[in-house]
Amino acid sequence: MNRKIFILTGLLLVRFITDARIIRVGKQQQFHTISEAITASVNGDSILVEYGIYKEKNIDINKSITLLGMHYPVLDGEHKYQIISIKADHVTLKGFRIEHSGVSSLDDIAAIKIYSCREVTISDNIINDTFFGIYSQSSVNCLIENNRLTAFGKTEQQSGNGIHCWKSDSLRIIGNTVTGHRDGIYFEFVTNSVIWRNDSYKNMRYGLHFMFSNNDAYISNIFRNNGAGVSVMFTHGVKMFNNYFEENWGDAAYGIFLKEISDSYISGNKFLRNTSGIFMEGASRIRVEKNEFKDNGWAMKIQASCMDNVITNNNFEGNTFDVGTNGTLVMNSFDRNYWDKYEGYDLNRDNIGDIPYRPVSLYSMIVEKNPAAMMLYRSFMTTLLDKSEKILPTLTPENLKDNYPLMKPLHL
Amino acid sequence: MKKITKYVLTDILRNKIIIGYTIFLLLISLSLFNLEDSASKGLLSLLNIILIIVPLVSVIFSTIYIYNSAEFIELLVSQPLRRKQLWSSLFIGLAGSLALSFLIGIGIPVIIYAATDTGYILILMGTLLTVIFVAIAMFAAVFTRDKAKGIGLSIFLWLYFSLLFDGLVLFVLFQFQDYPLEKFMIIASAFNPIDLSRIMVLLKMDTSALMGYTGAVFRDFFGTNTGFIIAIAILTGWVVSVFWLSLRKFNRKDM
Repeated sequence: MNRKIFILTGLLLVRFITDARIIRVGKQQQFHTISEAITASVNGDSILVEYGIYKEKNIDINKSITLLGMHYPVLDGEHKYQIISIKADHVTLKGFRIEHSGVSSLDDIAAIKIYSCREVTISDNIINDTFFGIYSQSSVNCLIENNRLTAFGKTEQQSGNGIHCWKSDSLRIIGNTVTGHRDGIYFEFVTNSVIWRNDSYKNMRYGLHFMFSNNDAYISNIFRNNGAGVSVMFTHGVKMFNNYFEENWGDAAYGIFLKEISDSYISGNKFLRNTSGIFMEGASRIRVEKNEFKDNGWAMKIQASCMDNVITNNNFEGNTFDVGTNGTLVMNSFDRNYWDKYEGYDLNRDNIGDIPYRPVSLYSMIVEKNPAAMMLYRSFMTTLLDKSEKILPTLTPENLKDNYPLMKPLHL
Repeated sequence: MKKITKYVLTDILRNKIIIGYTIFLLLISLSLFNLEDSASKGLLSLLNIILIIVPLVSVIFSTIYIYNSAEFIELLVSQPLRRKQLWSSLFIGLAGSLALSFLIGIGIPVIIYAATDTGYILILMGTLLTVIFVAIAMFAAVFTRDKAKGIGLSIFLWLYFSLLFDGLVLFVLFQFQDYPLEKFMIIASAFNPIDLSRIMVLLKMDTSALMGYTGAVFRDFFGTNTGFIIAIAILTGWVVSVFWLSLRKFNRKDM
């Protein structure tokens, strides 16, 4: 019996020493400000913040603690300060409403900034009217989840990016909503990361801006109505699955703009109502399959600098121009797609058209050579030219054709 | 003059071809709006009709009408009437009735299905095109006594404005592509009412984004209120100048 009590007390004692404390912050609590609570805490503690408005200039989190907001307490930056700086590993920040950061292009002020940390979790926050939203620099294995970021900048100079990641690795950006920023999600030198189920809309420049970030995946995101769509540049090994690229409409807007991309995979995406669905420049070894291109100005624009790309099993429906290109050299394959403008026949009924389809119209070639010819857009003349070119191809690239066009649209 | 205009108007409005034309336009626009999944797409398809069929019908119908009423014109010329009044009332009668059938055939469906800026500008441009091509037809008809030649000339003029002119523009654009052509494009569009009205409608549509920098050039010029007024002035100028030319010819014509 004595022995049992001894062990039990021993266990309780161990538990008491190692147990993380819960520190409460609020009007009726011991601590009135979050900064005081952080100073009093040790690694592993949790700080529970009750509802209230906290104006604490910059809150420095330099211990591995968990910060939880109850009923979304407001952290106000008074249009002057960065609001939260995370400078320790294993920090969790959850359930805050973070508002009104300062604006400075010199310091890149953010609502939440992660400085070279590992395993930080930022989830379920509402971030309003801030310069940068969530800023991660040189961080590893962080999770940014279910945050809602809204900015109200008027010009590109006056506003920062929603989720800005720089030189990081293994990030998980999941289920966030970003709007009104300069770029919704910005990746530069970020590797092995995943962007999943985010909604990025009405941002001033790009919904997603992606540079020098190898071996990342973005899956099931919605990029809608952004100033210039999505841009992926100078990168290899990017996987893009099941995303929606919608209504990126304007003089220089693209569903995706791919520049100097290689060894990537674009599958299951929907490109709806964009000026250009995909614009490729210097892209190579990309497989584009099972995508839906619908009601775009140009479904795809492939510059002659692209090679070894495979475009297969896609649906092209209701686009003004299916494919545009700027040269006669074609080193990409366009076989086995469905084109709604295909006028051929299928005698043996194997669902594959017996004559090749040429997705590049004469008029789109003319426009590419001489943009001023766009003056004749939708005139009777250009329709006639296109019809005659279909019968006797002369100017359109000889090799740019689908040798096995599908007769029926794929179920995508 | 009022009397003659009234006579011409009632005569044309009872004409089976005009009634058929109205019903044809009405059917086409209603079916286009019902077939396309959005009103703006319907407008886009309607634009093609307006740019090709409306001028064609206006020009051919007017030419034939003028030739068919040659005896009527001769009779009235022998009366104490000024030729200017006679020719003007013929023009007003023709333009008025064709414009009316255009407004019924296309205007009403557009107002029902797509009462937007684009829709209104489409109606405006279509009406102006109708009137311009009536003037062109009268110009062609006054030139020669031979009906076949006259109809041939009016069809040629229609072909020129809807097709050949664009071919020439394309030719020039390629021949001089090393030179800045922005001003040339704007001036060229003023020389063809079909091109000008097409550009005016397209600029109001979403698809204008496809026109890239060329679209921007036109938007800078015609997209403003002043530009809009200039465009309308140019199109009205077409009506007035072509009609004036035909009137001058008619005044001196030996019947």
